[in-house]
Amino acid sequence: MSSRINLYRFASPATFYPLAGRMIPWFSWAAGIFCLTGLFISFFVAPTDYQQGEAYRIIFIHVPAAWMSMFIYLVMAGYSALSLGLNARLSGMMAQSLAPTGAMFTALALITGSFWGKPMWGAWWVWDARLTSELILLFLYIGYLALHSAIDDPRRADRASALFALVGVVNVPIIYFSVKWWNTLHQGASVSLTRAPAMAHTMLMGMLVMALGFWMYSIAVVLMRVRCVMRERERDAAWLSALKEVE
Amino acid sequence: MLEVQGLGCIRGSRQLFGNLSFSLHPSELLHIQGPNGSGKTSLLRILTGLSRPDAGEIFWQGDNIREVRETYASSLLYLGHQPAVKDDLSAAENLEYAVQIAGIEPSRRKLEEALDAVGLGTRQRLLARFLSQGQRRRLSLARLWLEQRSLWILDEPFTALDVQATLLLEARLEAHLAEGGMVVLTTHQSPAIADGYVRVLSLDA
Amino acid sequence: MTIAILKSLLMRDIRLAMRRKADVAAALFFFVIAASLFPFGVGAEPTQLRAIGPGVLWVSALLSAMLSLGRLFSMDHADGTLEQLLLSPVPLAAAVLAKIGAHWLVSGLPLVLLAPLIGLQFDLPWRELALLTLSLLLGTPVLSLIGAIGAALTLGVRGGSVLLALLILPLYIPVLIFGAGAVTASAAGLTPWAGMSLVGAMLALSLFFAPLATAAALRIVLD
Repeated sequence: MSSRINLYRFASPATFYPLAGRMIPWFSWAAGIFCLTGLFISFFVAPTDYQQGEAYRIIFIHVPAAWMSMFIYLVMAGYSALSLGLNARLSGMMAQSLAPTGAMFTALALITGSFWGKPMWGAWWVWDARLTSELILLFLYIGYLALHSAIDDPRRADRASALFALVGVVNVPIIYFSVKWWNTLHQGASVSLTRAPAMAHTMLMGMLVMALGFWMYSIAVVLMRVRCVMRERERDAAWLSALKEVE
Repeated sequence: MLEVQGLGCIRGSRQLFGNLSFSLHPSELLHIQGPNGSGKTSLLRILTGLSRPDAGEIFWQGDNIREVRETYASSLLYLGHQPAVKDDLSAAENLEYAVQIAGIEPSRRKLEEALDAVGLGTRQRLLARFLSQGQRRRLSLARLWLEQRSLWILDEPFTALDVQATLLLEARLEAHLAEGGMVVLTTHQSPAIADGYVRVLSLDA
Repeated sequence: MTIAILKSLLMRDIRLAMRRKADVAAALFFFVIAASLFPFGVGAEPTQLRAIGPGVLWVSALLSAMLSLGRLFSMDHADGTLEQLLLSPVPLAAAVLAKIGAHWLVSGLPLVLLAPLIGLQFDLPWRELALLTLSLLLGTPVLSLIGAIGAALTLGVRGGSVLLALLILPLYIPVLIFGAGAVTASAAGLTPWAGMSLVGAMLALSLFFAPLATAAALRIVLD
């Protein structure tokens, strides 16, 4: 029969909704445990940096947040590709639900990066390659969210923002490369916040645990958000189920 | 031959129509009726391939239109709600351009004949912004006299036409049907076309 | 047949732009005015102007491109001719490339020709002026190509032109860096050709990918 009918069974919001509901508590608990462990490591276990003192500890939030901001963008682009390629509604909803969390982590990375930079370099903002790329990533997230909310029809909004996410993901390496090039060109901005020459084993552990915590948190929050999105569009699914029964 | 199976359309959160199936053969005119907002324009746009249906498939000469998009597009002529007329071009330039992007290189003479046929022969060098609504509609219809396409999909083609132009269009439609052409159209009027050609499809809101 | 159709499309767009010269000229004047604002903001000290000149001209070119991009598809969309283009036998990506070509010839090329004149206001030496013009010659098509994607995505959307800026400006940053950087490098005694070839690379990439992405965006928006 037609491929279109198979799609509804493949990515059915109707079956995903209760599944997501059952998964949320598990991920929420995991998030809480990992984040608390990470904070414990970052405050009490990791050694004091002899150069930067105690203030450096903010990298335990800054670096995992930056990792998450990029990871989420990749996942968002993946779901966008699925939603365009397979015309799958659920993928579009997942991409839409990922964006606010991704933007949040990007903003968090920028703010914590700024707080880290101030005691170190005396300025609230330095135009180093990593931080500047994070800023541009934030613009890409905001563009995605703005485009999605500007289009009234939800399916068209999903597909248009999915295309924008794909265009963005292709551009991210180009943007990163260009910013690094720009940095070397204008010698003044040669400071680097990501210079971590000898990272103690415990520091890396702390960051990984925090990253894991952030990841669990993201999954929980995104699942909650996707259920909200589904409820908003629930009438569609009800119609389509009724349609299939009539057939 | 055009065949439609199980077509469904959802706009926003409302289902406009579902499980729509029909087929259209040469020398047939399908008159799609329904109150405002019942999805007539959406159905036409889905038939042209511009919109994707939410369910169902469309077949042209046995092939799925999504697989033979270019062949299908060159077999059909679509006139939508708007006359697709550029204000800053003259009537003749508009017609010439419209026909060129459809892939035909028209001769000067044929262009003038088509414009004469729709009663714009004396206005052909006028910039379209100075034409009335009815004249713009006639300009968009001029393509029907110029291009040889088997399937015509027309959305409210009688809008803004006066009595004379309406008769002109009806005659052209009958001639097309007599030659074996197919037409799908929406209109609130009842076009005076020989009953033998006409079938009606009603979309209830 | 395809070439004939593309040629017809290109000529039509140029003809339409020529009948609306005021719109086209407005974007060019914006370029001039925007560039002229900077000395008022930072002072007219020659050394400083020479340092910021290439960057200022590039940013002004960028902003001017954004203003003119709004017109790329919106008028065709409003009067229904864009739909007809989607039903044409030419591949949509090729048709898009033709439209972008016409748009650049009418909005981008004049800007490139004006740039050296404005560059003189910033006391740039001849070598930098020539490099600046070349970087804009290679870079303004990239602005039109990438901008077309945004123009297509924001068709018929509320707050279109501001949204277009929000979407496109982050994507413009690499071209801006390479283009202005090539000129600045030369001023600093380094080779400009690293940056210039990077702009060329972006041109090649966007010539291939942007029309495809724009065509996809048009189909999505006209669904």
